[in-house]
Amino acid sequence: MERLGTLRRNMMRVAGAVAMSAVLALGAVACGDDGGGSGDGDSITIGFMGDLTGENSGLVIPPKQGAELAIEQYNATNPEVKINLKTYDSQGKPEQATTLALGAVKNDKIVGLIGPAFSGESQSVGPILEEAKIPSVSPSATSITLAEKGWKYWHRVVADDAVQSTGAATFLSGSAGAKKVFTVHDNQDYGKGLADAIGAAVKAKGVTTQTDAVDDNATDYSSTVNKIMDFKPDAVYFGGYYAVAGRLFKQLAEAGYEGKMMSGDGSLAKELITGTGQENAQGALLSCGCLIDTAGETNANAKKFADDYKAKFGSEVAIYSTEGYDAATAFIEAVKAGNTKPEEINEFLKTVSFDGVGKPIKFDQNGELAAQDIFIYEVQGNVIKLLGNANEAKVS
Amino acid sequence: MLDDFINQFWPSTIDGLSLGAIYALLALGYTMVYGVLRLINFAHADIFMAGTFAALWTVRGLGVSDLNGIALIGVVALCGVVAGAVAGGGAMLLEVVAYRPLRKRGASRLAALISAIGASIFIQQLFATVLVPWIFGTSKEGGKLPVSEHFREMTTVISIGPIEITNVALIIFFGAVLMMVALDQFVNRTRLGRGIRSTAQDPETAVLMGVNIDRVVSVTFVVGGVMAGVAAALYFLRFEQTEYFVGFLLGIKAFTAAVLGGIGNIRGALVGGFVLGLLEMYGSSIFGSEWRDVVAFTLLILILMFRPTGILGESLQRARA
Repeated sequence: MERLGTLRRNMMRVAGAVAMSAVLALGAVACGDDGGGSGDGDSITIGFMGDLTGENSGLVIPPKQGAELAIEQYNATNPEVKINLKTYDSQGKPEQATTLALGAVKNDKIVGLIGPAFSGESQSVGPILEEAKIPSVSPSATSITLAEKGWKYWHRVVADDAVQSTGAATFLSGSAGAKKVFTVHDNQDYGKGLADAIGAAVKAKGVTTQTDAVDDNATDYSSTVNKIMDFKPDAVYFGGYYAVAGRLFKQLAEAGYEGKMMSGDGSLAKELITGTGQENAQGALLSCGCLIDTAGETNANAKKFADDYKAKFGSEVAIYSTEGYDAATAFIEAVKAGNTKPEEINEFLKTVSFDGVGKPIKFDQNGELAAQDIFIYEVQGNVIKLLGNANEAKVS
Repeated sequence: MLDDFINQFWPSTIDGLSLGAIYALLALGYTMVYGVLRLINFAHADIFMAGTFAALWTVRGLGVSDLNGIALIGVVALCGVVAGAVAGGGAMLLEVVAYRPLRKRGASRLAALISAIGASIFIQQLFATVLVPWIFGTSKEGGKLPVSEHFREMTTVISIGPIEITNVALIIFFGAVLMMVALDQFVNRTRLGRGIRSTAQDPETAVLMGVNIDRVVSVTFVVGGVMAGVAAALYFLRFEQTEYFVGFLLGIKAFTAAVLGGIGNIRGALVGGFVLGLLEMYGSSIFGSEWRDVVAFTLLILILMFRPTGILGESLQRARA
């Protein structure tokens, strides 16, 4: 009994850790140093690394497609130096990512890497790329610690979890007008980190808070629901992934809760609506450093990108596809400017500045994106709709 | 802390009772099989999981939504019948395939335990990789994701001061109690029930008295499976969602409830289920939900320290049997 329990629990833990690292790692970029072209001199290879077939591949396939689109569009202009995109399926596992990264540097001579997608794998791939002097740009790794490593070849095009909590807190206490906020988390690094940070941030704005945790293996959250109903908050913020968020929001709505329900990037998926039930999910809010703008409300580039994306892949832009496109564009800009060696590309990335399809792309000294935007989304009907930047988004 | 307990007392009690009812129904399967074979049937949780999918399939097949009142009771009853049939049949098959060959060869109980663990993993993976993608048309990877189907409306039907009881909680509680009474009558009043009791008491003498052990074991598994199936239908009524892994945690809790009440003791399993459900809810209202299992299991250990054979004890069952 014990043994079996422990074994299964471990399996769950691993799965959870993988899921988490997937989300966290979506943003790291690798900088490569030498390697250069793959033979004939007029083409170079850039890698894309992330979980492409594992259970969290839903978070990584969109940025991969974004990157593919950017590079295809670039190659279609008949440039002097063409770019090959080579994908590395790490399945979100750090040990697999390490092996793949070594191969990418040695055999494929990549000049840059888009990814790794998750924070966990970014932690282990970072040192390899640093040593090989290959630049990287992650579309989706949001862990705070990545920028603190002092890596010179690492970048990301998404704001980290600290920024997300500040943004979400501003929104909750500002335009959502919450005076009492209840935070819930799933007791894992990502979820707990986010929920605690948001709790602290809203508290600093004079909001009363209370917190509770749920077991991500369990399905019954009635004790948490009872606590929330007792506290009568204006808003509930859940830190964790969409499967748990769906169950929690459903049970909360069914218990008669009428305040706001909000969660973060780990819950930004359509499965949140199916899990919660469309009726109960209406008005649920989500915060994310990613931009998903199908209607082109934030900038003109976004609209064209959304249309091109749909034409090529037959699906709407999804989580982090915009960031995948922008990460690829950063490399394309470098190549356009005549840089084909990893070291040159990394130098160029220090000064790169252009309007991406999501945000203005410009990196700080530590590889962090200069623009620290957090976007707020709302469930309307059966879609998750962009409300706008956290500082100005209005609850509908 | 104590304020929380007082403020959340009534909702906690109601949730604890409806959760406890599901634990109790599931615990019956563990305790009955243990009574007859002295075996912990770990695959029982996965029989329950099969039942939840049967209930989901039934609701989806009917294509109903926003059910309430009598119609809801009817649909839940139908789900109970379908899930009970699937789970009962599954349990019988499980016994024939995984346990009977070992028993015939006189294998040790540990061998049967390994077989139980193997069967549990097999059933889970069968659902995750084959049955769920095939029946519900998800992609191959989608078999491991939760499947939901919203079919009922949750409304408050009884409201007395701070006590608010929903239609769902009411159906779960009374549905479970009904099944428990039926089972109790079956075991105590019928010929087959007498066979089960005599086998539990003394298998050798039972055989000498003309009891067909194979038949008794089969019946025990089927009855336990049907109870798990009904529990599955009630579970699905509450959560409207299931996945291949859903039996795991619930199975542990139900097994715990069986031990708490006195393993092998049918009425003990019922008491154990309700006590565990309430302890979890009260514990988490006082200490926070992350302490839910810690509180429940600490109390479990305390109870077992003073009553090593559980609240009602194993002996009661022997005496009554």
